[in-house]
Amino acid sequence: MLANFDFDVIRRSLSYLFIDGMTFTVTLTALAAAGGLFFGTMIALMRLSGYRVMGWIAGLYVDFMRSLPLVLVIFWFYFLVPYIGQWITGSSRPIKVGAFASSLITFILFEAAYFSEIMRAGIQSISRGQPAAASALGLTYAQTMRYVVLPQAFRNMLPVLLTQTIVLFQDTSLVYVLSIPDFLGAASKVAQRDGRLVEMYLFAALIYFTISCVASYFVRRLQARISIIR
Amino acid sequence: MNYTWNWHIFLEPNPTGAGTYFDMLLAGLKVTIVTSLTAWVIALICGTIVGILRTLPSKLAGWIGFAYVEFFRNMPLLVQLFLWFFVLPELLPRTIGLWLKQMPNAPFYTAAVGIGLFMSARVAVQLAAGIGSLPRGQKMAATALGLTTLQAYRYVLLPMAFRIILPPLTSEFLNTVKNSAVAITIGLIELTGAARAMQEFSFQVFEAFSAATLMYLVINIIVVIGMRLLERAVAIPGYITGK
Repeated sequence: MLANFDFDVIRRSLSYLFIDGMTFTVTLTALAAAGGLFFGTMIALMRLSGYRVMGWIAGLYVDFMRSLPLVLVIFWFYFLVPYIGQWITGSSRPIKVGAFASSLITFILFEAAYFSEIMRAGIQSISRGQPAAASALGLTYAQTMRYVVLPQAFRNMLPVLLTQTIVLFQDTSLVYVLSIPDFLGAASKVAQRDGRLVEMYLFAALIYFTISCVASYFVRRLQARISIIR
Repeated sequence: MNYTWNWHIFLEPNPTGAGTYFDMLLAGLKVTIVTSLTAWVIALICGTIVGILRTLPSKLAGWIGFAYVEFFRNMPLLVQLFLWFFVLPELLPRTIGLWLKQMPNAPFYTAAVGIGLFMSARVAVQLAAGIGSLPRGQKMAATALGLTTLQAYRYVLLPMAFRIILPPLTSEFLNTVKNSAVAITIGLIELTGAARAMQEFSFQVFEAFSAATLMYLVINIIVVIGMRLLERAVAIPGYITGK
């Protein structure tokens, strides 16, 4: 079983796997998490703003995104983004969008729905007295959010946000459906070129497993530290 | 936008020779539903066993439950499906491996088992949390009545815990439906796969994906309404959701 296991194929492709593949995966994860968090917070604020129409639109967006499979959303944006780009820039034909830009836009918009639910829970966990005290001090709504509510909400929800980022890290492997060489895509390319599916997929699984395990261990430790302070 | 819309495409015959493009999507929808339900049954069975293991006083059982959950939670579903589909047959003895590879509908079985096990880890976590949320007195009272551990779980703890975790289980089931789309990577023609195939044959990208999107939304709405009715039917009196 392991007798004809070819470890050399892994060693030979290490630089391609990590320098090309993992860089793509990590960059996509980091940027999508940052963008998703930003837009997610905006959506959460819209939902809690008290303006009916805005809350309704935000709620609809979140429910819509959360009821679709990520694979379908990836396909949607892959085909849609060139047309949106054409519409924005006003050019005469659909613009060319790179694989990275297309998947980044997809993940930001998709994750924003999930991050917004986390931020909404975080904002709702702040006691009513806090914004009341802030407005008694003369802070505007924007200042109340910026200096009082959001920092606390963000801090309370940090473990959940990070866990969602780990899920996002795993989900980025789905760009495989667009034949983009992320970490898994790179492993798969080598696997198919050299006919070494077993070695490459086991290795990819091991790497994903190790990174996610270590990351969730640190999240658990962080959670323990935060919950003591509160 | 210089995209030419053609909503009549759904009524045109598809190139596989079996009905229209709409029939093709419906066939995909059927595969999605069957795969999700099969996976969900596996997830519930395995998830219940592992969830119980995590709440038993035995250290070993707790450790096994922990390892199981960590194993299935820390790998992308796509990678897990590849492991089951491409790697497992190679690692097994030759005859069994060959049998696995030549099985008709291999993508379906792989997807059902792979997604089922992936989701079972999540079900286990929810169930363990549900059992943990019960007052300690429940287990004690069951023991005082002379129930064995098995009976205590069967008649006291599980019926309570499952009702408490019904809302998170609903979203886990919806996640199962959504995750079934990942099986497109091992060649299962489920709803997303059918939409993709339709797009490749007919070049009507947005019609195909719109229809698939609509079908996913309908599945979601039906499941949410159905589960809400179920929740109301089995609500525990005295709890917030109870009568």
